[in-house]
Amino acid sequence: MATQAAVKKAQTTGKIQNPRVALLLLLPGIFYLGLFFITPFASLITTSLQAPVLGGGIGVYQPGLEFGNYLFVVSEYLDQIIRSFIYATLATLLALAISYPIAYFIAVKARNKPVLQALLLTLVIAPFFISFLLRTFAWKQVFGQNSWLSNVLRDSGLMADDQFLLGSSFAVVFGLTYNFIPFMTLPLYTNLERLDTALLEAGSDLYAKPASTFWKVTFPLSIPGITSGTLLTFIPIAGDYVTASGNFLGSPNTSMLGNVIEANYITIQDFPSASALSVLLMAAIVVLVSIYIRRTGTEDLL
Amino acid sequence: MTRFSLGKYLLPTYVFLAFIFLMFPIAYTFVFSFNDPFKNTPGWQGFTFDNWTGVCNNEAVCEAFGNSVLIAVTATIVSTILGTMLAIAVTRYEFKFRSATNLLLFLPLATPEVVMGAGLAAQFFNVGIPRGMGTIIVGHILFTLSFVVVTVKARIATLDPKLEEAGRDLYAPPAQVFMRVTFPLLLPGIMAAALLSLALSFDDYIVTAFNSGTEITFPKYVYAAALRGIPPEANVIGSAVFFFAIGLVLVFQLGGALKRKRHAKLK
Repeated sequence: MATQAAVKKAQTTGKIQNPRVALLLLLPGIFYLGLFFITPFASLITTSLQAPVLGGGIGVYQPGLEFGNYLFVVSEYLDQIIRSFIYATLATLLALAISYPIAYFIAVKARNKPVLQALLLTLVIAPFFISFLLRTFAWKQVFGQNSWLSNVLRDSGLMADDQFLLGSSFAVVFGLTYNFIPFMTLPLYTNLERLDTALLEAGSDLYAKPASTFWKVTFPLSIPGITSGTLLTFIPIAGDYVTASGNFLGSPNTSMLGNVIEANYITIQDFPSASALSVLLMAAIVVLVSIYIRRTGTEDLL
Repeated sequence: MTRFSLGKYLLPTYVFLAFIFLMFPIAYTFVFSFNDPFKNTPGWQGFTFDNWTGVCNNEAVCEAFGNSVLIAVTATIVSTILGTMLAIAVTRYEFKFRSATNLLLFLPLATPEVVMGAGLAAQFFNVGIPRGMGTIIVGHILFTLSFVVVTVKARIATLDPKLEEAGRDLYAPPAQVFMRVTFPLLLPGIMAAALLSLALSFDDYIVTAFNSGTEITFPKYVYAAALRGIPPEANVIGSAVFFFAIGLVLVFQLGGALKRKRHAKLK
C-alpha cells in the first residue's frame, strides 16, 4: 500500500523466471490457506444449509439444502444486522475525524524532527501492546454505574437517575472508535508522509485560504490513505463482539452481528444459523469492499 | 509562507489531548496493577507491590499467560517463515495465477475474525478434530499469515534491485546472492512482521474463543473475568507485556530515527 510506485517499478524490472523455485516458495503457504481458509469457508457454507435432526439433541444437525436458514436468520436478527452496520459506520467516521489531525501532525508538522516523529508513532501503536480486553475494561470502569463520570452527568442533570452509560449505544460506539483509532491513523500517516509540502505553499502563494488549500489539495491527495484506513477499521468493527458484549461495554440492547454469531455457535450450538450469518457478513463485506474500492479508484490497494 | 496550518497552537494542543485519550486505558491498567485486592471489592483499595512480586499466586492467570506465550511463539515462527516465502514469491518471481495468488493472500485481511473463527471451528467439527492447543495455533497462524506477507512485501518494495544485480554480475550463485544480499536486507522487515504477529496472536480473543475448547488463554481469562472485575494480577501481566513490547519498538524506532538524523547532518 505504502509504496505502490516502488512495487510497480520492481514488477517491471527484476522479475525472476524460475517456476520451480517460485512453486517451492508458494506451495507451503498456499497449501495452508487452502486447507485452513478456503475449505473452512466451504464448510461454513455447507453447515449453513444443514437441517436439524428429528429427535436429535442440541447441536445435532444433518447435511441438507435448507436455504430457508438464510431467510430465518435475516428476519430473526435484522435488528442486530442493521445495528452492526450503523455502529461500524459511525465508529469508522469518528475514528477518521479523530485520526486525521493526529496523522497530519506526525507526518507533516513533525517531518523534520525524526526523533519526535518516531516517538509519536510509537505512542500511536502503543495501545496495540496492551491487551485489547484490558483496554476495553478500563473504559467499562469509566462508564460504570457509580463511576465518577456517571455521577457528574447525573448531578449536572445531563443524565436521568435511571439512565446508564454502560450498555448504551454511546458506550459501545465510543469503545469501538477508541479500539480502532490506530488502524486508521497508521495508513493515513503513511499516505500523508509522502505529501509534498511545496503544493501547500503553492496554494497559499496563490492566495488560497488554509481551509481551501486543505480541501482542494491535501484532502484529495490523501484519499488512498483514507480508503485503506476506513477498510482496516470498518471490517473488524463490523465483526467485533467484544466491545458490544455484556461483559464489557454493551448490553442485550446493543448486541451486534458478532455477538449473535458467537451466541449461536458457542452457547446455543445452532451451527447452521451461526454459519448462515457468517456467510452473509462475509458476502456483505466483499460486496461493500469491491464497490468502495471501485468508487475511490484505488484498485491497486491489493 | 507556511501559513497552511489551523492556527499555531490549535493542532499541537489537539494532538496532545488526543494522546492523553489514547494512553488512558494503558495508564488505568498500570495503576490498577498496584491495587490492593484484599477486600475483593471494585475500585481503588490501596497501594501494594504484592501483585507484582507474587503474580503466580493467582495460578489461573499464570497458566493462561503461559499458554498464550506458547501459542504466540509457535504461531509466529510458522507464519513468519511461510509469509516471508510467499512475499518473496509474489514480488520477485514470475508465475501463472499471480493476481489470483495476491487475491488469496489479501482475502484473510478482509475477513472478520468471527467468520474466520466460525469457519475453522465448523471445519474441525466436520472432520472430527477435538479443539485444544493445536487448533488454537492453527487459527493463529492463519490470521497472522497475511499480515506477515503485507509487512515483508512492503520491505521488499523498498529494496534496490541493483544490489542483487551487482551480486549476480560478480558471478555469485543465486543461493549466495539470497543469503548474503537479499536476506540481510529483508531482515528488519521480517523482524517487524514477527513482532506484529506476536502482538496479534497474544491479544487474540475471537478466533481463540471458537477454537479453544476448554483450553484457557490470557485473553480468554480476561474476557470471563471482566463480567465481575479483573484481578490485579491480570493487570500486572498486561502492563509487563506492554513495557516489554514498547521497549523493543522504541529501540528499533529511535535507532532508525537517530540514524536518519545522522545522515541528514552528514548531508
